[in-house]
Amino acid sequence: MRLAEHCYRSISAIRGPLVFVERVFSARIGETVTLVAPNGQLLEGEVLKIDTEQVLIQVFGETYGLDLEKTTVTFHDSVKRAPLSRQCLGRIFNGSFKPLDDAPMYIPESWGAVSGAPINPVAREFPHEMIETGISAIDGLNSLIKGQKLPIFSCAGLPAQELVAQILSSARLPGEGDFVVVFVALGLSYHEYSFFRETLEKMPSRFVAFFNLAGEAVVERLLAPRLGLTIAEDLAFNHGMDVLAIISDMTNYCDALREISTSREELPGRRGYPGYMYSDLASLYERAGRLHGRAGSVTMLPVLTMPEDDITHPIPDLTGYVTEGQIVLSREMQQKGIFPPIDVLPCLSRLMQSGIGEGLTRADHRQVANLLYQTYAKGRELRKLEAVVGKEGLLEEDRVVLTMADEFEKRFVHQGKARRDIFQTLDLGRELLKEYKVELT
Amino acid sequence: MKGIVTSISGATVSVDLRGLQLYDRVYVGHARLSGEVVHLEKERTTVQVFEDTHGLSIGEPAVGARAPLTAVLGPGLLGGVYDGLQRPLQGLQRHSGDFIHSAGEIQSLDLQRSWDFIPHMQAGEQVNIGDQIGLVREGHLDHPIFAAFAGEIEQIAQGQVCLAEPLARLKDGQQLFGWQNWPVRRPRSQGRKCPAEKPLITGQRCIDFLFPMVKGGVAVIPGGFGTGKTVLEQTIAKFADSDVVIYVGCGERGNEMAGLLTEFGELRDANDRPLLERTIIIANTSNMPVAARESSIFTAVTMAEYYRDMGYDVLFLADSLSRWAEALREISSALEEIPGEEGYPTYLGSRLAKFIERAGVVKLASGKTGSLSMILAISPPGADFSEPVTQACLRAAGAFYMLDTGLAQSRHFPAINWTQSYSLLGSKAADYFRQQVDKRWTDLQRCCQDIMQQEDALREVVEVVGMEGLQDRDRLLMSVADRVRRDFLCQNSFSADAFSSPQQTVQLITSILDRYDHALKRLEDGVLLSDILQGESDAAG
Ligand SMILES: Nc1ncnc2c1ncn2[C@@H]1O[C@H](COP(=O)(O)OP(=O)(O)OP(=O)(O)O)[C@@H](O)[C@H]1O
Ligand SMILES: [Mg+2]
Repeated sequence: MRLAEHCYRSISAIRGPLVFVERVFSARIGETVTLVAPNGQLLEGEVLKIDTEQVLIQVFGETYGLDLEKTTVTFHDSVKRAPLSRQCLGRIFNGSFKPLDDAPMYIPESWGAVSGAPINPVAREFPHEMIETGISAIDGLNSLIKGQKLPIFSCAGLPAQELVAQILSSARLPGEGDFVVVFVALGLSYHEYSFFRETLEKMPSRFVAFFNLAGEAVVERLLAPRLGLTIAEDLAFNHGMDVLAIISDMTNYCDALREISTSREELPGRRGYPGYMYSDLASLYERAGRLHGRAGSVTMLPVLTMPEDDITHPIPDLTGYVTEGQIVLSREMQQKGIFPPIDVLPCLSRLMQSGIGEGLTRADHRQVANLLYQTYAKGRELRKLEAVVGKEGLLEEDRVVLTMADEFEKRFVHQGKARRDIFQTLDLGRELLKEYKVELT
Repeated sequence: MKGIVTSISGATVSVDLRGLQLYDRVYVGHARLSGEVVHLEKERTTVQVFEDTHGLSIGEPAVGARAPLTAVLGPGLLGGVYDGLQRPLQGLQRHSGDFIHSAGEIQSLDLQRSWDFIPHMQAGEQVNIGDQIGLVREGHLDHPIFAAFAGEIEQIAQGQVCLAEPLARLKDGQQLFGWQNWPVRRPRSQGRKCPAEKPLITGQRCIDFLFPMVKGGVAVIPGGFGTGKTVLEQTIAKFADSDVVIYVGCGERGNEMAGLLTEFGELRDANDRPLLERTIIIANTSNMPVAARESSIFTAVTMAEYYRDMGYDVLFLADSLSRWAEALREISSALEEIPGEEGYPTYLGSRLAKFIERAGVVKLASGKTGSLSMILAISPPGADFSEPVTQACLRAAGAFYMLDTGLAQSRHFPAINWTQSYSLLGSKAADYFRQQVDKRWTDLQRCCQDIMQQEDALREVVEVVGMEGLQDRDRLLMSVADRVRRDFLCQNSFSADAFSSPQQTVQLITSILDRYDHALKRLEDGVLLSDILQGESDAAG
């Protein structure tokens, strides 16, 4: 421990969001610093690297006004922390935790290190209850389970933000419990920002939101999800709440990671993204979970845009390697006017089995889901065949399956702005199966 | 040996210690974070730290241990859950709570636990290094204790002992303990290597029947995300006929480890003992420190060799080796080494080959044989198998189970692609199956492969002319191939079908092939194909 804060005016270089300071006495890795620009502007930063000559600092915010001569750097002898309190509920912040809602900052009960700490695997409880998103294609066929991380893979131009807004306002627990949403938006356009502000306005105050806009500092995009998750962990594990953390858009996060890695002159990996991107994404996604003997849970729903609609691009690929399934949006569904435009074939919730069925959702859930999926998958196969041999070339029973696939998209996947609870979803599924004489056993 | 920290970049720390060797352990900072030497230069020594370095400052103390990272080996490992440095996770939890904070040293083995020791030698007898002086019962296994020194036994324990006490004392004052330290990066080369002969029965029809694995062999399972690597590894860990199973969660998910722990705690093996009792779990999840992930597979394989050297069949499963390779890459790039393909260090291939060489069958001095088999999952980026890690593994492995994204998406599990997978270990295993299970084993296998190949060719035809354009014989074949796929190759891990004994496997394929023969005959006799297929589906449904 040092006794006083140290202040320096010995910056040797500024490179993008990175600042090099010389002759610093005992800086610590991860220590926070404050920079004061000549015009009085305040910026925060964090120590990344230390050697005998200099200290490397990553600045959260725009480094425009900084210079070498007059800018001062103060070292605070503590790591970056987030202010914790239940008072955060109903509040809206920017990417460095400044209120955007005109209310004053609350007085924290305690502070939590934003980098978090890994959950000890033996302390983890296996996820086993469902969160109802109100979306049939998710709840019915790819259920989201408390403690799971389930990403949404979108394509540029698809209404992912509308889907997020719908889930934001309609997600809840099917049973008892204290449910809140932590929403972190990264690299939003102003238009999207106002859209989300409107959505939040209409919601009861069971949320905390963080907004980083497209014009704002890139480094903040790395910070904001960590602030959000630190808050989420506190609400979940210290206050016993079931927290759904929605982070959108992770593609902006990854691009920020790449940008900063490049300015650090690190060796680029696939498509220029840093080699440690898997570990970095895991340090966020793995913060979802439940703990033995404690109420509360952190469930994560990250949203990302697949560059060039390519699911093998490093961003969706590495995300898929960390998360527990995926919800995939497709252009084809969008063109058919289906909302949400979810293509259920490549979707999967890997933890679904442990969260549904008798006593959790409904006894017939598993069977309804399997039959719908199988029949629809068969219908999609037949569509390909139909394109070759024509409808006439198909057997009568196959034509029925084809119609059913169409109806499934139109009535089950498509739901517009309506919210469906899990029973409505399952009843609708049964109705479809019955109409097309697919038998439940 | 003491010095100070001179520079820090993430988990890579330089210290001014001299005279250390590569891989010696170093403790840095007031918090005594542990690490190992990865680079030596005249003026400075670079240390890769196994823990989070937040808060570390230059000028803080650094202490060199003059000894490499070791694993503690002795009775009590079975049933344990460790991190990549062999720190027991339950111990860590008691120490730092539900979240992992740097914890310093925690005993890997409980040296106070009491064991019932049965001596095999007496005072006055001459003992040589490696002689068995006695044994303790560890779960379902006899755990022999071998002498680390030679000499005349002056005194030897009997009955309740704890590992902290010596089990025997020699005349010259040396003490023989029931545990030992072993450097994890050095193979334990006891006994003589010999060729693998016995099959490793996994209970997966597709593996046992088409691409068998042998005890002492190495198989790799590459597959894109969600293709079923983890489920397959865990299912094999449950049912494989091995005495000891070592499961390494290497840079993967925390929830998966939680699931494994719960399930293995509840499930029972063939002898009605909790599955956990034959299992050691090493969990270094993706969010735990990267350097410890790199060392985790070495810590784990050292424990595996330890049990192999007692004459047991040990199965080592790692999920996923790609995460290990990525950890290696991260460390290498922090050291600013010249990168090879895709940024991996140029020594990736040799390092991997050396690791895989630790598998095999050994003939021990005691006359027993022990085996160490490896089944390694690989996660190729973008499911592209031409990448360096898959390729390096392919060169070293004897069996290759390629998981297919298409099959997984159509929910055909295990999604093992039957045209691209192979096993070079098959012939020995086939001898065994022919003698022990069914003398037609190889014929049936060939027949089955034949059908699948023909189907493959026919599919291309169908895409052009449609099903209607096929001859009846071919349509029949398509329908049989469909049955082989659905009823034989598919195996749901979450059902009673998760394990299939070789006998059950043979029965199932025989019944499918017999029915095919029968149908072919009827077709020749002029029965309509539609009637035959109708009868088939009635029989199946
Ligand atoms: N043998 C099986 N039987 C039934 N379902 C399976 C089987 N194998 C895989 N699955 C299904 O596929 C999902 C994904 O499998 P798994 O988690 O093993 O994939 P993975 O290859 O390990 O993916 P990742 O690389 O992302 O870790 C499982 O959650 C399960 O739903
Ligand atoms: Mg896996």
